[in-house]
Amino acid sequence: MKNLLFFLFTITSTSLFSQNSSSNEALEVLKKVDKNMFSETQIVTSEMIVYGKRKSRTIRSKGYSEGEFKNFTEYLYPDREKGTKMLKLDDRLWIYSPSTDRIIQLSGHLLRQSVMGSDLSYEDMMEERKLSEIYFCNILSEEVYKDRPVWKMELIAKNDNVSYFRRIVLIDKLQFVPLESELYAKSGELLKKTVFSEIKKIEGKWYPTKMNYKDVLKGGKGTDFLILDVIFNKKIPDSYFLKASLKK
Amino acid sequence: MIKFIIKGILRDRSKSIIPICVISLGVFITVFMTGFVKGVLSEMLTTNANLDTGHVKVMTKPYYENKDQIPIDLALLELSSITQDLVSKFPDISWVPRIKFGGILDVPDASGETIIQGPGLGLGINLFDTSKGEIERLSLKKSLISGSIPKEPNEILLSHDFSKKLNIKPGREVTFFGSTMEGSMVFETFIMSGTIRFGNPVLDRSTFIIDFTMAQKILDMGDGTGELLGYFKTNFYEDSKALKAESAFNETYKESDDEFAPLMVSLRNQNDLGTTIDLVGSFGSIFVSIFVIAMSMVLWNTGLIGGLRRYQEFGIRLAIGESKNHVYFLLLLESFIIGLIGSFIGTFFGILSCYYMQETGIDIQDALSNSAVIFPTVLKAKVTNDLFLIGFIPGLLAMFFGSSLAGRGIFKRSTAKLFKELEV
Repeated sequence: MKNLLFFLFTITSTSLFSQNSSSNEALEVLKKVDKNMFSETQIVTSEMIVYGKRKSRTIRSKGYSEGEFKNFTEYLYPDREKGTKMLKLDDRLWIYSPSTDRIIQLSGHLLRQSVMGSDLSYEDMMEERKLSEIYFCNILSEEVYKDRPVWKMELIAKNDNVSYFRRIVLIDKLQFVPLESELYAKSGELLKKTVFSEIKKIEGKWYPTKMNYKDVLKGGKGTDFLILDVIFNKKIPDSYFLKASLKK
Repeated sequence: MIKFIIKGILRDRSKSIIPICVISLGVFITVFMTGFVKGVLSEMLTTNANLDTGHVKVMTKPYYENKDQIPIDLALLELSSITQDLVSKFPDISWVPRIKFGGILDVPDASGETIIQGPGLGLGINLFDTSKGEIERLSLKKSLISGSIPKEPNEILLSHDFSKKLNIKPGREVTFFGSTMEGSMVFETFIMSGTIRFGNPVLDRSTFIIDFTMAQKILDMGDGTGELLGYFKTNFYEDSKALKAESAFNETYKESDDEFAPLMVSLRNQNDLGTTIDLVGSFGSIFVSIFVIAMSMVLWNTGLIGGLRRYQEFGIRLAIGESKNHVYFLLLLESFIIGLIGSFIGTFFGILSCYYMQETGIDIQDALSNSAVIFPTVLKAKVTNDLFLIGFIPGLLAMFFGSSLAGRGIFKRSTAKLFKELEV
């Protein structure tokens, strides 16, 4: 009897220890990913290619972000979108339209609407929170993806205040960048799929410069997001993150 | 002879009162239920046709497949040439384009900042081209609760419930925020001209109406539309004609390689209305069949009881020399007259009740507050010519059949035993 109890204790503690150690390793990996993907400030010039049912459109914008909660984006191209600006402070988003000279505030479920017919929602566009801070993580397996060794990780939201409750992410073991991500609702339904590619070393960080977002509930090829230029940790004037900056 | 029979019916009420009541009730139920159900179903078809389906509707195939998502990116382009083609092919149908689109209505304060906003369903219809008859078709003037119908392109009409939700009144500025056909952002400021109540919970929740040309312009649709609705010039939906048009039109584009080729869909094939159309056609027959079968059984039984009760009377009549055929004939004639009286009373009260229900109806708006289908909120009967006959003829036949079955006993009587039976 004593032997049996000892055996069960050993098995349970070993399993708990290995699980704990796997979670710790996963957290360390995720922190390294966050280190690559996030910085104090970012100034990004990007193009979004929306593959429509009839034709495709390219939209160019310049975004300024500071920390997790401040983000300012100005649309540069095409003419129809030029001058449109977005400001996100915490969970509120303001959009300025030069044609009507109006600032419209979006919040709550309206943030889940598509941005300019793309596969990205306003929430996706403005999401700046570090994955390691909002998700519990766990390594599911080690695989090879497009000739790269990867960890397959499962991320489960720590609370309901996130856009996607569960993520399955493939993380490059050598560069610590995500290569593919599947985003799930709490119900278990797959909502979006993201593929990261063209990874470049910019200012010491490995950073994917092309992303394809695919809303699986919509048909089509998804939306490509291309990083044309990115500057990390450059001081951004506070005036960018004021509502007054929208009408300037 | 008829006078004699009528006197008999009136003076010996015990042999006529129950059959007359049974027939009157049966005819009344048949007439009223047929008028009421047909009225409700016809109103449902008319409401759907006017608000959503048309008698036929032309869209692109992918739009039709995704129509619940209101996909304006899959809109029908080259509207003018398609309309011209349709007019020449189907001269008895008039065509009206409509654009349905989603977006947010945002109410600004004096400094242009959002006070309140809500998602809404936009409807772009021909407000200024009176030849299209959209204002009448959608009963906009009748449904107006406050303000007026838009007179300028930058005016917008809101459903009354939506305006209450946004807490705004006519004269107020609202900004539409949505996406163009290609997905670009749209910001357009309108002046609210008035509010309407469609009388339909689906539309009353959050609908707003702007002019069709304005909708085309702000949504970058050029010469395009979401849907092209066709209405028979008679204003009545004709199922066989609609199906014929649908089949002929779709045949033209059967071999087309164009992913966005137009597709015609008849009212029958939209919103599961096929069943409703079939029910409208068959309800009269269903009620009449049930009525005739049930009433015949009841009246047969009544006739049998009457026959038993009048056993002695028939015996005396046969004993004094009246032929069996004559007794049977007079019984049938009597039944016919009773059926006539019962049918007249039943039809009269049935039509009277239908007329009352046609004018007043039953308001079920509260029960439909969360409904997702287009259904009339006031259930009304409809008085039609066929109601005058739909219960009347079965009423006559039911009593006639009942008595014919019950009266067969007359022929089974043996004249030789009559005196013994009658204990004379």
